[in-house]
Amino acid sequence: MFRGGASPSRARDVTHLASGRRDAQMSAMTSPLRPSRRGLLRHAGLGLTAIAVPGWAQRVSSGLAGRPTLAGPDIALTVDHVPATIDGRTGHAISVNGSWPAPLLRLREGQRTRLAVTNRLAEPTSIHWHGLLVPFQMDGVPGISFPGIAPGETFTYEFPVVQSGTYWYHSHSGLQEQMGHYGPIVVDPAGPETVAAEREHVVVLSDHSPLHPHRIFTKLKQQGGYFNYQKQTLAGLIAGRDQSAAERRDWGRMRMDPTDVSDVTGATYTYLVNGHGPQDDWTALFAPGERVRLRVINAAAMTNFNLRIPGLALTVVQADGQYVRPVTVDELQIAVAETYDLIVTPEDRAYTLVAEAWDRSGMARATLTPRPGLTAAVPPLRARPLATMRDMGMGAMSGMAAMPDMPGMTHDAAPMQHGMRDFATAPELPRTPAVQTIAPMPTDRTGEPPQGLADTGHRVLVYRDLVALAANPDTRAPSRQLRIHLTGNMERYMWAFDGVKLNAVTAPIPFRQGERVRVTLVNDTMMAHPIHLHGHFFELVTGHGDHAPRKHTVNVAPGGTVTFDLTADAFGDWAFHCHLLYHMHAGMMQVVSVRPDGAVAGA
Amino acid sequence: MIALALLLAPVAQMQMHDMPGMTMPMPPARPARAKPKPRPKAAPLHKAAPATPAPCPPEHAAMGHCAAAGQPPRIAPAMPDMPGMAMAPAKPAAAATIGTDQPAGDAPPPAPPGDRAAARFYDPAAMAAADRQMRRDHGGMRFGQVMFDLAEVQIRDGRDGLRWDGEGWFGGDRDRLVVKSEGDGRIDRIDRAEVQALYSRAIGPYFDLQAGLRQDVGAASRRSYATIGVEGLAPYWFQVEGALFLSDRGDLLGRVQAYTDQRITQRLILQPRVELNLAAQAVPQDEIAAGLSQAEAGVRLRYEIRREFAPYAGISWEHRRGDGDGAALVLGVRSWF
Repeated sequence: MFRGGASPSRARDVTHLASGRRDAQMSAMTSPLRPSRRGLLRHAGLGLTAIAVPGWAQRVSSGLAGRPTLAGPDIALTVDHVPATIDGRTGHAISVNGSWPAPLLRLREGQRTRLAVTNRLAEPTSIHWHGLLVPFQMDGVPGISFPGIAPGETFTYEFPVVQSGTYWYHSHSGLQEQMGHYGPIVVDPAGPETVAAEREHVVVLSDHSPLHPHRIFTKLKQQGGYFNYQKQTLAGLIAGRDQSAAERRDWGRMRMDPTDVSDVTGATYTYLVNGHGPQDDWTALFAPGERVRLRVINAAAMTNFNLRIPGLALTVVQADGQYVRPVTVDELQIAVAETYDLIVTPEDRAYTLVAEAWDRSGMARATLTPRPGLTAAVPPLRARPLATMRDMGMGAMSGMAAMPDMPGMTHDAAPMQHGMRDFATAPELPRTPAVQTIAPMPTDRTGEPPQGLADTGHRVLVYRDLVALAANPDTRAPSRQLRIHLTGNMERYMWAFDGVKLNAVTAPIPFRQGERVRVTLVNDTMMAHPIHLHGHFFELVTGHGDHAPRKHTVNVAPGGTVTFDLTADAFGDWAFHCHLLYHMHAGMMQVVSVRPDGAVAGA
Repeated sequence: MIALALLLAPVAQMQMHDMPGMTMPMPPARPARAKPKPRPKAAPLHKAAPATPAPCPPEHAAMGHCAAAGQPPRIAPAMPDMPGMAMAPAKPAAAATIGTDQPAGDAPPPAPPGDRAAARFYDPAAMAAADRQMRRDHGGMRFGQVMFDLAEVQIRDGRDGLRWDGEGWFGGDRDRLVVKSEGDGRIDRIDRAEVQALYSRAIGPYFDLQAGLRQDVGAASRRSYATIGVEGLAPYWFQVEGALFLSDRGDLLGRVQAYTDQRITQRLILQPRVELNLAAQAVPQDEIAAGLSQAEAGVRLRYEIRREFAPYAGISWEHRRGDGDGAALVLGVRSWF
């Protein structure tokens, strides 16, 4: 029932797995449909094909039951371009099987699946099965797991499905994910479903821009704050908003902008639910009194969302596809690439699902209603958060301030006395331009509400709320520890692990197959980073013993740390990266290698 | 501290009993779950977290020094990692540490492998090529930008002029080619104009070291110089530049430049700016006096219609040794692409 992660039942022996078939299908039919890269946007407006919306993402949806979905042992997926219309404006998107968003894949635990992916783009593509435990050569990361899928080619992925839950798939090539190359995966358990619900909906959150993603990235390189139209201003100071003049001076001296929460904002993004903008208002139907399961997936490129449904309590039953002890909250932040399964029990009225961008520069919005046409009030955007000294990694000191009676501690002057780039704090870091700051006193912030949610006045999910429903498959003590720094430079828009961008990294992060390692991620930057490790679930070290929550992606708060125990049981090379797309693209990615002990040899 | 941890101990257990819509398929693994009882009301739990001091001065709250007052402290307020204190809120203190509560050992890491795992399944040459492409795509890309910070008409009594100051760069995060140009003159005659071609290398998070050549191309001078300088972002958000120029005649000149952008609204921006030109010796042929040969100070108010396109108006005051002082009304466009 609770297979996954390190369970011995996983078919991981690489010698028994079929290798990928690369069937070159350069059919003449595809050639006219292969626009040049530069021509993509032009083609978009010309109506290459009529856009089809897949069943799960229809504007008014009665749920997943009875929907035609892609299932079964053999699935064919064709990647192509389509025009996509969002809130009345037509732009460009990458389609799968002619539809955007991409179709829902519905698999069953215990089955084998073959997915033949045909590339009709003019550039290489790929699909990564996010959260699915697959053999490394089927993981879909060009350059690590396989060479990628060349234009016109078909690549057949083949793997056993060894888990259940809510997952998703997306391109790992270039910046295609930003262009809509993503879709949901639901894996039903082999046995009876643990979570009782009368109805289920998939809720895929994402961000869409009319700008080509390469343009977005170039703008960020030219001016890191290009998309931030919520900076502090003189008008704000005079009106008494935001920081005081003294604070602004202090932050200015450190060249730190407390409004730098999200690099790409509502200034260019429209935030989507299942491909629908706030005006399109994706609508989920239910019958009053039903227990409705919402399978929420954050497929955005750059946006963590604060999710709530005013009037409804949200009971979290799964995180990243793994069962957790149900915990009921009013709001949660879903970081990029995470999934949460929620149970809600709506009454006979309409509700608004609100997913605010973490910098509150916009929101995704949908309606839950018993009858089409009925809507609920849409709450206004709340004030955008300002980074604090804790977000700079002054955590311990500001924490002390919250605790009375700490003898000998005066916190007021202390933070400014610490250098924001003191290599004595982290001697292992190289002195590269990619290290703008080093958190002087980073602390574990998994018990704190995510950025901007400390003062909502209602219950907000924190990572320490998550407790695995079943005992962890591997409860050994870790044999060693590893610290990895998340580093960056907002002024140069450089992002890296341990101060070295992937293009300059010379060796993978090595693990012995089967060893258990305690990994601490130290966020030396003032931004949150959702960190994803491929091919594994790790157990968060949040005080829950052998019921630690198991995740594939964890959001590391600014100036904070996250510690997890990892059983490196999956042979191969695996991608390890920040799931903020442009951070990854800037270099915040490395390769993790898992090899049997003593197998180190130049091959 | 320990008392606080004990008070918080029931948190996880309370959550266990709260399972709407959930059937339990497994036998309870731990005694805590063996006796389900009605979920305790949240209120007592809230009272169990006394760590928030009642008064929180606003300046502290703004800096994040206080636990938020509006948030029901359902969860333990963050506590810094205290050496020697394990955070184990879910269990009675006496229970043996299990799973992730156990301390980690200090075994050495393995050596990194020398092979590429995917080469077992795919053409090693194709994998090597894809690996190179991946690394280029993740941090190894090159970009460019051309910006004219000044491109303006200067209106002063009787002798209107032109003035520009621009810079372009092309390259990666560390190594770049930088081209700079600045100059001024009248509508019909460009008096001073120069072009610099520099190799630029990032020497820190904020600053670049730049070296190369400067060629004067205006009517007043056609001299060539070797150049070395720094450019970057100084504390308090000042964009600064400093350079030394050694001419083909052996004359040494220097220049310091700084500006900052003060945002009045999100799009209305005031830019104070200074430029000082210095000379180690007089260069009469080029009308350069020794010492502070020329100084310029101005304020320009621009409106960013787009980030890349911002018309502005302002005042610029110029002092040139031997030529006197003068203020001008300036109208221009700051633009980049």
